[in-house]
Amino acid sequence: MKSEIQLAFEKCRKENRPALISYTVSSDPNKEKSLKILKSISHHVDLAEIGFPFSTPIGDGSDIQTSSYRSIKNGFKIRDIFQLVKKYKKTNYSKPIILMGYYNMIFNYGENKFLKDCKKSGVSGIICVDLPWPENKNFAKKCKNKSINFIQLLAPTTTKDRIKKILKDSHDMVYYISMLSTTGGKLKVSPRKILENYKKIKRINSKKNLVIGFGITDKTIKSLRSADGLVVGSLLCKTITNSLKMGQNPVTKLDKVVYNLKNKIL
Amino acid sequence: MSLKIKKGIPLIDQHDKNGMWGGKFGGNFVPETLKKPIEDLEKLFSKLRKDKSFIKERDYYFENYVGAPTPLIPLNQLTDHLGGAQIWAKVVSENPGTAHKIYNAIVHCLIAKRAGKKFVCGDTGAGMAGKTLAMVAKKFGLKAKIFMGVKDIKRQKPNVDAMKKFGAEVVPVTSGSQTLIDAVSECMRYWVANCLKSHLVVGSTVGPNIFIKICGYSTSQISRELIVQIKDEFGKIPKRLKLLNVCGGGSSSYGFWSSFMDYDKRQVEFVGIEAGGPKKSKLHAAPLTNNSKIGILHGAAQYVIQDKDGQIGLTDSISAGLDYSGISPLHCFLKDAKRARYTSATDEEALNAYKLVSSMENISPSLEPAHAFAEAIKIAPKLSKDTVIVVNSCGDSLKDRDIIKKRLGSYVR
Repeated sequence: MKSEIQLAFEKCRKENRPALISYTVSSDPNKEKSLKILKSISHHVDLAEIGFPFSTPIGDGSDIQTSSYRSIKNGFKIRDIFQLVKKYKKTNYSKPIILMGYYNMIFNYGENKFLKDCKKSGVSGIICVDLPWPENKNFAKKCKNKSINFIQLLAPTTTKDRIKKILKDSHDMVYYISMLSTTGGKLKVSPRKILENYKKIKRINSKKNLVIGFGITDKTIKSLRSADGLVVGSLLCKTITNSLKMGQNPVTKLDKVVYNLKNKIL
Repeated sequence: MSLKIKKGIPLIDQHDKNGMWGGKFGGNFVPETLKKPIEDLEKLFSKLRKDKSFIKERDYYFENYVGAPTPLIPLNQLTDHLGGAQIWAKVVSENPGTAHKIYNAIVHCLIAKRAGKKFVCGDTGAGMAGKTLAMVAKKFGLKAKIFMGVKDIKRQKPNVDAMKKFGAEVVPVTSGSQTLIDAVSECMRYWVANCLKSHLVVGSTVGPNIFIKICGYSTSQISRELIVQIKDEFGKIPKRLKLLNVCGGGSSSYGFWSSFMDYDKRQVEFVGIEAGGPKKSKLHAAPLTNNSKIGILHGAAQYVIQDKDGQIGLTDSISAGLDYSGISPLHCFLKDAKRARYTSATDEEALNAYKLVSSMENISPSLEPAHAFAEAIKIAPKLSKDTVIVVNSCGDSLKDRDIIKKRLGSYVR
């Protein structure tokens, strides 16, 4: 049986456009609002990543850090993310959910219990920032056994030999980090160069749904539309931060931003 | 299951193919982007360790620039005052940079040069690692960027001034608790974005596996000297020897103990002293003493202060250099293998120890080693006269003058 993630990509391919993937942090700015945000942007996105915030995120830039700290300060607990997904998946227009975060949270919760709760709440995939290959072999296998996608990451520094091995151990979706940067950095590599690297990976295995993330905003998204999917995270987190600062409703603000992103890749 | 230490092999090399000690501490829990730079560094370091010209260069700088060996001196007044065991100090604070940090800084800068890198970046808590890296980088013609928490910048001003004097850029870190833990995170983030041109210097035996190894390899100089000095002084290794060392990240203590690793612990005991924090506070920086759970912090599995959910906990210590929620995987291993004993001293005990040692002896330990002296003061009176305690005095108090003045009313060095 095809996974929800695979089906989402196939649908986009038929429509001749990349999948739009959002990233927002669970309980940011609070429990209720993060669910509302998710529901509202679901009309535009094809897959949704939800971050489980960690106090010491070494791969994230300031926008996602701010969202993460805000969520933790507001009392985020790991069980909240499963409740969020459960409620969200009850809406009839829900999209596949990918949880993203750092390994200590999973390790602490217990890998098996984490996966069990993922399954129960309806999670389709997991991205673990600091559990690279081959360290992730065991956990990735456990995910597969539960029919949950473990999404491998590739970076500009990943060697060809390593790319081959990682792709071999990957599931339906693979994440290519556009440049050497933490999340939310300014795109310091030309889209042409990013797509060149992207194609190199696709040539090794064209079947995997390969998405690009890091540094993607309303300004850069159009130039990368030939990819299978594009992830936007920091821009969304920043929008929440700014709307809170200005006393605006982050739900409607975010809806507009994501709608705008979607229009650029149609 | 208790862990076993192999004899005749440095502890830094006793990890498995995943970079883990005892199958559960250390490793490489890093973003994919860093895998290649780390692998390159691993290859280069393993090559250089066998390269005679590299070792010659290292020893040249250790002898002629650091001025090895640092003195081993008897603390006669303190010994007489306390009664009991003989107390000695290995005065590592005599080093340029007034701490043990210079060994790691030199080795890293030599590696950076061989890797063809022109930039180094490093984290610092108390500013000792930062100051020393700035100084050494300048000597080797490298540009240094030092990440330091804003709280630490305020409380360790003399070191910040020194870093700037050596031409380093000090990057204030405003995230989280604004101390060492955030400085390490921010420095790693910087390295993620700049790993091709910049060489990362992790300031202690923490972080991804290779950084633990390089740091431990470097600070081992301390015990290479000490074992010779002790044999010179006593004719042999005494029947009862206790090596007391403060533990923050754990680099000085690993270096202070490594040459004695194979001795029976009944003969050569290792005592690591962690930061107990303020007397009445629940915050501390003592994950080993207080039996914290294993977690993953800054790329390595270790005992780490964290809440039920896995969020890394805050620490509070008078010593900026000890204000770290984790502890080196090497010490986690030594604890579980029962080779070392770990305990803690409070801020107040450290201050009192500083005061007593500074007033009686010709040395003036900073608040970090003052934690170890506090333990020496505690145990010495109960021990026999033929017991020898050596405390690693691995920092000088000058950097703490403002804190000491505030807490004790005056600062006398």
